[in-house]
Amino acid sequence: MRDRRLILQMVAFFLVGTAVLLFIVLDVVHWFPPAVTTQAKNVDRLYDVMLIVSVPIFVGVVTVILFSVWKFHMRPGQENLDGPPIHGNTRLEVVWTAVPALLLMSLCIYAFTVLQTDEKKQPNEMIVDVTGQQFTWTFSYPQPNGKPPIKAFELYLPTNAHVYFRIHSKDVIHSFWIPAFRLQEDAVPGITTSYRATLTSTTGTYPIVCAVLCGLGHTAMRSDVHILAPAQFAAWEKQAGAPVAATPGESPASLGKQLFTSSTLGCGGCHTIADAGTTGTIGPRLAQVLKGRFHKAPFILRQIVTGGSSYVVPGYPANVMPKTFGSVLTPTELSALVAYLQKVSK
Amino acid sequence: MSTTVLQQQPPTRPQQGSLGARLRAPGWYRVLWTTPLSFGFCFALVTGIRAISVYHPVLDPTAICTVSLMGVPFGFLIGLGAFDYWFYWAAGRPTRPEDHSGHGAQSWRDYFRVNTDHKVIGIQYVVNSFFFFFIGGLLAMLMRAQLASPGSQFMSANSYNELFSVHASLLIFLFVIPVFAGLANFVLPLMIGAPDMAFPRLNALSFWLLPIAGVLMVSSFLAPGGAFNTGWTAYAPLSTDVPLGQTFFTIAVQFAGASSIATALNFLVTIITMRAPGMSFFRMPLLVWANFSTSLLVVIATPFIAASQFLVLLDRALNFHFFDAGAGGNVIMYQHIFWFYSHPAVYIMMLPGFGIVSEVLSVKARKPIFGYRMMAFSLLAIVVLGFTVWAHHMFTSGMQAWIRIPMMITTAIIAVPTGIKIFSWLATLWRGVLRVDTPMLFVYGFLAMFTLGGISGVMLAMIPIDIHVSGTYFIVAHIHYVLFGGSLFTIFAGVYYWFPKMTGRMYDETLGKIHFWLTFIGFNLTFGPMHILGLEGMPRRVADYAAQFAGLNMFISIASFGLGLSTFVFIYNMVSSWRGGPRAVSNPWRSMTLEWQVSSPPPVFNFDAIPTVVGGPYEYGVEGAVHGIFQKPAVEAGHVGGGGGGGGAGGDLGSAHGPSRE
Repeated sequence: MRDRRLILQMVAFFLVGTAVLLFIVLDVVHWFPPAVTTQAKNVDRLYDVMLIVSVPIFVGVVTVILFSVWKFHMRPGQENLDGPPIHGNTRLEVVWTAVPALLLMSLCIYAFTVLQTDEKKQPNEMIVDVTGQQFTWTFSYPQPNGKPPIKAFELYLPTNAHVYFRIHSKDVIHSFWIPAFRLQEDAVPGITTSYRATLTSTTGTYPIVCAVLCGLGHTAMRSDVHILAPAQFAAWEKQAGAPVAATPGESPASLGKQLFTSSTLGCGGCHTIADAGTTGTIGPRLAQVLKGRFHKAPFILRQIVTGGSSYVVPGYPANVMPKTFGSVLTPTELSALVAYLQKVSK
Repeated sequence: MSTTVLQQQPPTRPQQGSLGARLRAPGWYRVLWTTPLSFGFCFALVTGIRAISVYHPVLDPTAICTVSLMGVPFGFLIGLGAFDYWFYWAAGRPTRPEDHSGHGAQSWRDYFRVNTDHKVIGIQYVVNSFFFFFIGGLLAMLMRAQLASPGSQFMSANSYNELFSVHASLLIFLFVIPVFAGLANFVLPLMIGAPDMAFPRLNALSFWLLPIAGVLMVSSFLAPGGAFNTGWTAYAPLSTDVPLGQTFFTIAVQFAGASSIATALNFLVTIITMRAPGMSFFRMPLLVWANFSTSLLVVIATPFIAASQFLVLLDRALNFHFFDAGAGGNVIMYQHIFWFYSHPAVYIMMLPGFGIVSEVLSVKARKPIFGYRMMAFSLLAIVVLGFTVWAHHMFTSGMQAWIRIPMMITTAIIAVPTGIKIFSWLATLWRGVLRVDTPMLFVYGFLAMFTLGGISGVMLAMIPIDIHVSGTYFIVAHIHYVLFGGSLFTIFAGVYYWFPKMTGRMYDETLGKIHFWLTFIGFNLTFGPMHILGLEGMPRRVADYAAQFAGLNMFISIASFGLGLSTFVFIYNMVSSWRGGPRAVSNPWRSMTLEWQVSSPPPVFNFDAIPTVVGGPYEYGVEGAVHGIFQKPAVEAGHVGGGGGGGGAGGDLGSAHGPSRE
């Protein structure tokens, strides 16, 4: 047929284009952060399959467009020429309806199997309660034998664990997303949501991100997950359950400064204190707003830190300061923080 | 600016007559007093009820503002005259004989009043829409300036939240949806051989609801606490708790929704009842099919977003507990109701564009649309399937897990009719005689970019991938590939294509090509890298980000500024061509569809006599094929094709004949 040479040229272009683009998207582009769960590996593989299916489709469409414009654009003298009155081709139309349909159904089946595998209940699951609130994450590890749960501001997990997250929200919808896990689920007020993660043997620290707009501090609502070897995890568990002691001779204000700047508590994510070197802009600049006001009233400062104060800095909405710190900080830590705030607001 | 060929008796204009007459006649003078009067009414209503029920504080600015946001726009509409005829009719008074004084445009003033001419309304829609396009785009530039580097550049997190919320809301409700309605408003009645839309007065009202919605959204920046800042999705319970600015969005959406529904009803009745004799459904141009399908989506789906916002309003204003988890409310229900509209909304924002592509492509490839019947059926399939996929926006919402599976399947299936369309357009190009001018460049760009957006969409249909990228820049990338590379490219194609018909002038082709290339390159450089950002871990709707994303964000911001600059090329071309471009002939593209068989711009009442349709609209390449026959053969059309017949064989009122311009 007369189109044969043209079609061969297009097929050649298509094959070369597909090969080049596949090489780029599969081997050159770095799409994902490290994969530290089995779920992550499954998702990455599914994504690769999607790329392998998608690239030929895109290259095919572009090939037809480019070749059509190249070969069939109007030449001088053709201004009054029309094309052939081709209205359709039933066989072709059946093919390009059926083939995509089959392809899509296959992809759905594959994705479904990935989902089933990823969400399957595992033996010996470690339960972690995750609570999202404006604008911080807190984690609670239920303990056996009636012991009180261990609370933390950052997530610590042992390698190879099967984790079952129970996710709660205290106020609005948040989303508990760990990119390195490839897993997220909304934290919804009024219900408990959940997801499962099976860790690999990779250790390291990876970000936890809130992925649903939750208000003013959505940008800063971040935390970290620390994946530790079993021995280190056991060590963390031990000291997490125990109260913090200051190093001997350390002043309360100095301990307070350490706490303020620690990523565990995350104060610096919202508040700027020049002395501490923190630069958060979501909340008030503490040294300024507390200056000369409360530095002689530690009781009120204590209330402010634990979120129980009715004092609202002008220009800021009420009820934004999380109310969790009272339950997570030990009395020593709370006094230390207050001492530090008194010091910087003199 | 548009010329009229036929004129009825001289219209009464409010500029004439005494001051009293001007203040009583429908128009802006009357608006000056009806608007404050309606505010006074709202004030009295709210304060009165609070006083009678001894509800303190009796004088509550928030409550007054909330009710005024609903009531004052009606004062404006009444003053402008949008309801005049219906009030007279409802009051049983003898209706004034229709003197058509509200029809047609002789000067720019006619574009600023209640006008019943679909051509005037179409231009009002398009200009209004591009006005808000400009504002929404400006907001995006501010957003990208903030995101150029990590850390805060010049705005608070709250201000940033306001920016992206207003940006998306303006572009969705005040640009993409109405600009398609406007283009169709102008073109569709002409295309089906009708003298106007079925309900011209309702058409006028539909238009005037839109500037109201836009003003409400933009003026929310002046509210105490700032503009609405919960995203265009306004999820409860966040949206039930934030300051007054949110209410501006809640109510603005009602006005935009009402406009959309009324227009859709108008289109449905017009298409069903007012087609020219001989124009069966399968002889309709695909633009008509596309707007028919879109109108079905609009009338069925839009009430749901109205419902979602009303429920939020009740929670906010009257302490209802629809979405208050602690009081028995159901938080996820908001999302179901909202997305039941907002998913069809994306098809509302795309299907008219599909119609435009079919029109432009067929004419400029000089070939019939390949697989016309399947193109029509695929539009209907998208309408039906579009209602079955909404929860793919909720895969991580915490809804019941089993719902995800059928939603994944229906979402994947909807790629089939969409694919049929892309393949059919490609087949239409094959062996055609292709133009490569501005409208066609945007069509070629659309075909490639929408394919990319569709591919990322199919990726998102796969639940495990969506779980990872929900709420991230991957979603932002997908959205913009389908809405910008998809819808906006078709809007530009349509605006350039019908510019001669609407204004009577030709746009500058060189500037058009520059606009296309700047847009195409800037667009890909801006939104392409966002796919990577999302997968790597950057969430959306954030004023700041982790240091690792700094490089890509800076790149994207610079690219976006280039993209923003391309807008000025477009605006300059449109304004200077409209004012002083070369005069256009009636059928510069040598199209067969009916709107091109009348003068550019068309006569006030479109056709001297309704044409008769005797064949399909895309019979290029067929010797002697005719689509519509006009009764008064003036000058013979002159066989304009070596390969086949031209358009209507009849005369028309403008200069249809003479060398075709490309």
